[in-house]
Amino acid sequence: MTATQNVARRGSTAVEKESGESSTAVESRTRQRDVVLIPAVDIFEDAHQITVQAEMPGVSKEGLNVQADRNSLLIEGDVALDLPTGMSALYADFRSTKYRRSFTLSGELETAQIAASLKDGLLTVRIPKRVEFRTRKIKVEVP
Amino acid sequence: MFESLFSSYDTDNLFDEFRRLENEMVQLFGHSPWPAGIRALERGTFPPLNVGATPERVDVYLFAANLEPKSLDLSIQQNLLTVSGTRNVEVNEKAQYYRRERFDGEFRRVITLPDDVDPERVEAKYRDGVLQITIQRHESARPRQITVN
Repeated sequence: MTATQNVARRGSTAVEKESGESSTAVESRTRQRDVVLIPAVDIFEDAHQITVQAEMPGVSKEGLNVQADRNSLLIEGDVALDLPTGMSALYADFRSTKYRRSFTLSGELETAQIAASLKDGLLTVRIPKRVEFRTRKIKVEVP
Repeated sequence: MFESLFSSYDTDNLFDEFRRLENEMVQLFGHSPWPAGIRALERGTFPPLNVGATPERVDVYLFAANLEPKSLDLSIQQNLLTVSGTRNVEVNEKAQYYRRERFDGEFRRVITLPDDVDPERVEAKYRDGVLQITIQRHESARPRQITVN
């Protein structure tokens, strides 16, 4: 390892350490940092809400993290698999065990009322619209 | 790399067990250049899969969320494993779609396994959107300890 690499590595480790992680977690995180799986999503809107459906196979409820604030929605998950001891890879389409994707939200959405459900690796997030922004049918009165 | 070769894990310690799992995840998901299989397909093929091996068995993990296990068709001929099925994505007719990235329709993947697998001893399970297929290797092909007299 050259001196520059050494410094770069130490620098990044220091940053990660501030978040209070153990050194092994930091090491594997440093190695995996650039590789994140981007879940495929369907996004659709009806009169009452916007629905995001994200594919996150291998993620259980415990490994899932869905966060929302006024402006953004973050979806994260860790893949947990049943692995036998001493396994080595023969072939890999997936090069990471972490999913991450984020979206920006707009003001008419009721971010405090977001509901999420996970079934067989499919995450469904429903974001309701504020009542005053819901589409209403306008009846045309015919005299 | 050599850390895993020389250190032994104390399985009584829960945290060591987590560390072992983590290391094995890294092994399976890889940080070394993988040889591409002759039947390897372009990126974005559904479902993505990983194959891992131990001296006793070979495990195939297919990442396919929200499948109907009954719609799956698994077959093995010698060391050639074929997985096919259909996934139907429900479409909300009344909604306006902004993104449609999820795979919808029929899929099929053919996986070349090592030569010493036993096609008679295959198990499959579906959990959290991952189809795991475990194929045992032939007993005779496993590494054996030879004692020196």
